[in-house]
Amino acid sequence: MPVLEIKDLHVSVETEQGTKPILKGVDLTIREGETHAIMGPNGSGKSTLAYTIAGHPKYHVESGTVTLDGEDLLDMTVDARARAGLFLAMQYPVEIPGVTVTNFLRTAKTAVDGHAPAIRGWIKDVKASMANLRMDSSFADRNVNEGFSGGEKKRHEILQLELLKPRFAILDETDSGLDVDALRVVADGVNRAKEATNLGVLLITHYTRILRYISPDFVHVIVDGRIAEEGGSELADRLEDEGYDRYLAAGKVN
Amino acid sequence: MSKQHSDGGWGLVPIQSRAGRFSSFDVADFEPVSGFEAEWKYTPVRELAALLDGALDGARYDVAIEPGVGESRGISVDWVARTDPRIGSVGKPEERGSANAWTGFDHALAVTVSGNERAEVTLSRTSFGTSARAAHLFIEAQPGSNGVVVVNNSGHAMLSENVEISVGAGAQLTVVSVQEWDHGATHLATHFARLGKDARLRHVVVSLGGSIVRVNTNAHLAEEGSDVELFGVYFADAGEHLEQRTFVNHDAPHSKSRVSYRGALQGDNARAVWIGDVLIRPTAPGTDSYEENRNLLLTEGTRADSVPNLEIETGDIAGAGHASASGRFDDEQLFYLQSRGIPEAEARRLVVRGFLASIIQRIGVEAVQARLQDAIEEELLVSAEGAAS
Ligand SMILES: Nc1ncnc2c1ncn2[C@@H]1O[C@H](COP(=O)(O)OP(=O)(O)OP(=O)(O)O)[C@@H](O)[C@H]1O
Ligand SMILES: [Mg+2]
Repeated sequence: MPVLEIKDLHVSVETEQGTKPILKGVDLTIREGETHAIMGPNGSGKSTLAYTIAGHPKYHVESGTVTLDGEDLLDMTVDARARAGLFLAMQYPVEIPGVTVTNFLRTAKTAVDGHAPAIRGWIKDVKASMANLRMDSSFADRNVNEGFSGGEKKRHEILQLELLKPRFAILDETDSGLDVDALRVVADGVNRAKEATNLGVLLITHYTRILRYISPDFVHVIVDGRIAEEGGSELADRLEDEGYDRYLAAGKVN
Repeated sequence: MSKQHSDGGWGLVPIQSRAGRFSSFDVADFEPVSGFEAEWKYTPVRELAALLDGALDGARYDVAIEPGVGESRGISVDWVARTDPRIGSVGKPEERGSANAWTGFDHALAVTVSGNERAEVTLSRTSFGTSARAAHLFIEAQPGSNGVVVVNNSGHAMLSENVEISVGAGAQLTVVSVQEWDHGATHLATHFARLGKDARLRHVVVSLGGSIVRVNTNAHLAEEGSDVELFGVYFADAGEHLEQRTFVNHDAPHSKSRVSYRGALQGDNARAVWIGDVLIRPTAPGTDSYEENRNLLLTEGTRADSVPNLEIETGDIAGAGHASASGRFDDEQLFYLQSRGIPEAEARRLVVRGFLASIIQRIGVEAVQARLQDAIEEELLVSAEGAAS
């Protein structure tokens, strides 16, 4: 059974003041079909975890492992990880001038599948997914993320999730900046992907609102680079009421 | 006569006025080039001695014309003597390389666009050989005509040339000059364009290969309502020097200009130079002008010089702007594409292609655009192999 396993992960970044440790021993196991929510205060290391799994060169793994079905992800290039079945919906998607959404999607699909998609079915799939995500068809001819509003960028991330059909997706604050309707549309997209491919989801969020639509099997709280507490969806509600003071008082604030 | 002006945003950029520069058809009237002149300070002039100082072979050369002579209605191509009255009606050299070519050419190739239905002609020049040569091209778009003239340059060359472009009243002309020379080739070119009333010129310089390629373009907006677009795309590989100087001379009311040059540089000592002069004369109220140059530095060891100069001599302008930027390859873009499964080399290609696409898409000549996409693709493959080895 497909499984994404993170074991005792220590990660640092280079700063002008020297090497700064961010993740200080994270353990996490996500099986296919499961949804794990990750919550935690600003700067606690959530995006660091997401980027490290995806292979962003800025983050240095000091120790620990990340495997997908037993295969060492950390040893793979960024693109090989994606082809192995990993997807990261980014907190701040990047603009790519001169590259149209259509061209980008087809290139990515071809890369991930190892062959070009059958043209007719592909065009139909793209159109259907865009319609589901309430994206106007004119987006197809626009350059990737260029001039997209915050919410449009997030929908575009989920469009890719639906079309590329990964086995595990990390959603880094995909719900931030979405209006109520867009939140619903995006959550439906994620749920469709879960249903279609039994996707495993690691959902990073600050709000319980999205968890009403995408119900988590587990909730993990990251504080200062460590998982401070784990539980079921009831934990998210408690965090919403109480905040993170409890953990911060116990730990050290930097 | 003219005064130097700065538009205020340029602080320390030295501005040498483009009004009233010395000009002559005779190379003997120019001092030898030292390399310290503003005109030559970015150019490796020592490697150009044969073109700047030597006597040049000005004989006719082989040129393939497509469609063939007589086959195309609306455009004709002929060799004409240097005494042809049109010659010298548009341009006059302002530096020694240009003057040496003028002094040295024997016959000129004349392209005449006369039809008012859009017609195209492609001139392919592939066998200049290794001797130092001079050439002269005269492109005339007669009043009200509509045409596209593409000049493809490849093979070896040591060439200095002048290109005169006369765009008659109400004519619409596109001129594309593609430099895809072999490595080792050197090419100096000065294009002079004069636009009549309500004339439109789209001028495109594409430089993809050669050791030293310097293509300068002067556009004289001589009559009311004239409109020029100067576009450039270049890709400098290791050891290549690609230079382009544009000069837009607004000299009539309500004239419009857009200058947009973009280039990518990859490999050791890949060099690009863009100097963009715009002069808005007192005779040109209501001018609308914008120029930009952007460079994408793909590797270490590359260098791009990019200098816009704007001189405004009238208070009454509709717009005058400029932008210039040279930046490294954006690793965040690369990461984004790779995180979607796209391998690094292909991701780089996508980004570079995208960067140049905004110019290529505006050329407006389908066949040229397609060929260019392919050529750039090839450049990127070569570069990728070069980077990998
Ligand atoms: N280049 C850097 N220099 C200094 N500190 C850095 C650098 N990169 C990341 N950090 C720090 O690493 C910590 C973790 O950042 P990360 O982006 O993972 O936080 P996060 O949990 O995603 O926060 P948020 O909820 O605000 O998105 C932060 O304190 C951040 O400032
Ligand atoms: Mg974050």
